[in-house]
Amino acid sequence: MGTTQILFWLLSALSLFSAMMVLVSKNPVHSVLWLILVFFTISGHYILLNAQFLFIVNLIVYAGAIMVLFLFVIMLMNLNKETEPQKNIWLKLAGAISGGTLLLLLISVVRSATELQSKTVTTVTGDIGLINNLGKVLFSQYVVPFEISSVLFLSAMVGAVAIGKKN
Amino acid sequence: MPIQYYIALSVMLFCIGVVGVLTRRNAIIIFMCIELMLNAANLLLVAFSKMHYATTSAANAATSVGTDGQLFVFFIMVVAAAEVSVGLAIIVMMYRNIHSVDINFLNRLKN
Repeated sequence: MGTTQILFWLLSALSLFSAMMVLVSKNPVHSVLWLILVFFTISGHYILLNAQFLFIVNLIVYAGAIMVLFLFVIMLMNLNKETEPQKNIWLKLAGAISGGTLLLLLISVVRSATELQSKTVTTVTGDIGLINNLGKVLFSQYVVPFEISSVLFLSAMVGAVAIGKKN
Repeated sequence: MPIQYYIALSVMLFCIGVVGVLTRRNAIIIFMCIELMLNAANLLLVAFSKMHYATTSAANAATSVGTDGQLFVFFIMVVAAAEVSVGLAIIVMMYRNIHSVDINFLNRLKN
């Protein structure tokens, strides 16, 4: 078992554990902090797959910007106390059963797919995830979606301001 | 690494997100579980792009196949960032109107 395997299992266990902790923690601030840990472990998976551009974008955009936005909203609304008054055990049971059924279904589909049986993933090597290759394709072949996404950002900014302002 | 390990990990993360959306009542935590599902899909896209690269680069060493998958992940992140900004603005507006983020209070669209 090489270093890559050990890192893979370690990162997988850590990301699954912290994803579970996002669910079970009562305090929303703790949920946000566990979710940041999930994003860090997923970034670790990206660097294991040698997708260096996505590694740094995931860290900056998700763990940096989006999670800080969540924390700001929680603290502005003064929600950092244990809310969630009613405890409906049947609702939680029903949700867990439906999620587990979905998991079982998807896992069994993947296990029975014969064309995925002997496929492997190149870890550590391979230079398609470097910013050089991605930038060349992004600014030649995908330049129109790139520009459209800037319009999307502008409209999202206008929308956030228009929704959030006091009338 | 076999591709099934990555698929299993992504499916587990996705299902944890689904369970979170179904069971929690706090609107912000539901929103965070949606982010978790988006990240599971991103991880799966990157793993498939590297799988595609592995099968092609055995025949042709200087190939750049699989770049499209990683660019799709980039666009998903762009859309997720825009979605979060608008969604959090909606949650703040909702908190200002009904003084709670519990979605049980949202069962009536009027008043």
